[in-house]
Amino acid sequence: MIRHLLSGADLDADTATLVLDTAAEMATVAGREVKKLPALRGRTVVNLFYEDSTRTRISFEAAAKRLSADVINFSAKGSSVTKGESLKDTALTLQAMGADAVVVRHPASGAPHRLADWVDGSVVNAGDGTHEHPTQALLDAYTMRSRLGRLAGLHVAIVGDVLHSRVARSNVLLLSTLGAKVTLVGPPTLIPVDISPALAPGIDVSYDLDTVLPNVDVVMMLRVQRERMSDSYFPSAREYARRYGLDGPRMRRLPEHAIVMHPGPMNRGMEITPEVADSPRSTIVEQVANGVSVRMAVLYLLLGGSNR
Amino acid sequence: MAYPPAAHSSPPRQPSVKVILAAADVSRVVDRIAHQILEKTQGAADTVLLGIPTRGVPLARRLAARISTFEDVTVPVGVLDITLYRDDLRRHATRAVGPTDLPPGGIDGRRVVLVDDVLFSGRTVRAALDALSDVGRPASVQLAVLVDRGHRQLPIRADYVGKNIPTALAENVKVTLAETDGDDEVKLYGGSPR
Repeated sequence: MIRHLLSGADLDADTATLVLDTAAEMATVAGREVKKLPALRGRTVVNLFYEDSTRTRISFEAAAKRLSADVINFSAKGSSVTKGESLKDTALTLQAMGADAVVVRHPASGAPHRLADWVDGSVVNAGDGTHEHPTQALLDAYTMRSRLGRLAGLHVAIVGDVLHSRVARSNVLLLSTLGAKVTLVGPPTLIPVDISPALAPGIDVSYDLDTVLPNVDVVMMLRVQRERMSDSYFPSAREYARRYGLDGPRMRRLPEHAIVMHPGPMNRGMEITPEVADSPRSTIVEQVANGVSVRMAVLYLLLGGSNR
Repeated sequence: MAYPPAAHSSPPRQPSVKVILAAADVSRVVDRIAHQILEKTQGAADTVLLGIPTRGVPLARRLAARISTFEDVTVPVGVLDITLYRDDLRRHATRAVGPTDLPPGGIDGRRVVLVDDVLFSGRTVRAALDALSDVGRPASVQLAVLVDRGHRQLPIRADYVGKNIPTALAENVKVTLAETDGDDEVKLYGGSPR
């Protein structure tokens, strides 16, 4: 098993499958009266969050606690970071406190990679800038596999703001590794030029959602990241919703078995309408539940044995 | 000029292998344990067999099949994975987690018979008892093993033992079963012939 999980590219097909299989076993714990396993007793997991994220932080916290690890939550707001403490000094502090794993969310792409050089424990990337979010990709892959029974050969459309999306990047890498075909869909301004050879070979790009929908097994809607929209990537929110939003009529163009995913939080009415978000095809709530199981699997596989 | 070895020096000892139970013996032992379970549980009513992976699982299935042949009662069989409850997790590379599969109706209020191939230090059984308490509350727990090789490190004792094999710590007991290994056999490796 790998020591850190920093990128979707860190996982080969066997390791990724091991994570998904382990997550399936971890999921059975959620249905038990005693939702706790002793596997990480005595280990310390630090959630180091430099960016606001309720969903991911709580998910990692629940996962670590279900494995009996001690959890320290560190939020940059109200901490010494606001007094000017550097990431390296924070890392050394965590090191001195004996953190076995650091789960890091940071606005700067690459911060978890730097952190991995400074701490002895495992580092898990919980989202760095516009770069990657590998556990989100794993939980998405887990959700697809549990709904559709397989990943190899699936056709997945990732729709929206690919340019700023760490979720998209990690998903492209992981899904390609696991044998799924990925088509990126969005306005030309929000899809990086020459993305295919740079990220993973065989990626298709389309600027027309309607032509893609009838041929996919999964449509993954991305959040329009208004906080990162410093330039005019598209004329207006209404225009975006009209071209790339998933509404009821569009959803009905999907094949019968196809599912709709969204990493959350959603802009209801913009990239997805309430009718779609709340339909039986939507896996949005499932994705949250699966997130805990997948993160349990990752923490167990990184910390459960003596890998070093 | 080469000198012959001195007369008093013994040749290097080859690790010995001794078959303790052949296929027919394994079959007889399973039959006997099945009878003992029926006797001790007074007909195996409200009894659940839980196999501890890997070889405890086919053994539990065989016991259930034999019990059903002898007394025409169906004993539910499940699988109890103990990986996450081991006390040596940190001493080895990360172990893959296997499935825990409880029979319909669960184990609450029932008599659970844990089934494993070899009873040695007792640590696997301790882990199994911890795992059990997380998945339910059985009325009682018993332990059935194909082989007891001794050297207990915990105060644990089996209720049903196929064969007691006195061993040295340096020796190794290896159980193979048709379902997992192709044939039924119990072998003792590394010891002097008994």
